[in-house]
Amino acid sequence: MQLARVIGDVVASHKDPGFNSTKLLILQPIAADGKDVGRTLVAVDSVGAGIGETVFFVRGKEASFPFHPTEMPADAGIVGIVDQPQIYTGRQK
Amino acid sequence: MILGRVVGSVVSSHKRPEFEGSKLMLVQPETPQGVATGATLLAIDSVGAGISERVLVVLEGRAAGEALGRKHAPVDAAIIGIVDQLDFVE
Repeated sequence: MQLARVIGDVVASHKDPGFNSTKLLILQPIAADGKDVGRTLVAVDSVGAGIGETVFFVRGKEASFPFHPTEMPADAGIVGIVDQPQIYTGRQK
Repeated sequence: MILGRVVGSVVSSHKRPEFEGSKLMLVQPETPQGVATGATLLAIDSVGAGISERVLVVLEGRAAGEALGRKHAPVDAAIIGIVDQLDFVE
């Protein structure tokens, strides 16, 4: 999984039927210190995340598991919302 | 599997129910020499690893789900070992 900031959403009325009634959000992956890292991506949401929130997301086929038994061609999915963004500024020896 | 170091943890009270009761650790991937490489990632902890420990991480869905012990869990990374010692040729 990876941390990310939700920076937008996507509306697509014509899409694979597996995605019906799902929410698609635009994510900017971030590092542990909160800085942007890598390219933005679109992920399917299964926890009710909103714009501006810090979330963590899963990559790969597992992104569709929250919608089991519905199978959808998703490769990224939000699986949790981070409570306190400052908590993950890790302490290191 | 990759080598990494635990650099933090994440608190999330709103998450998929498959994650209930498991720890989410922030892991910085490392080379065998201990040099940080690549972006930090979040992994389920199935062995009780602590901050600053060197760990072994699987980066694949099926393996990570098995470490969590739950079917159809949306995970793609899990800590499956704590490194005691490394021997390698430079």
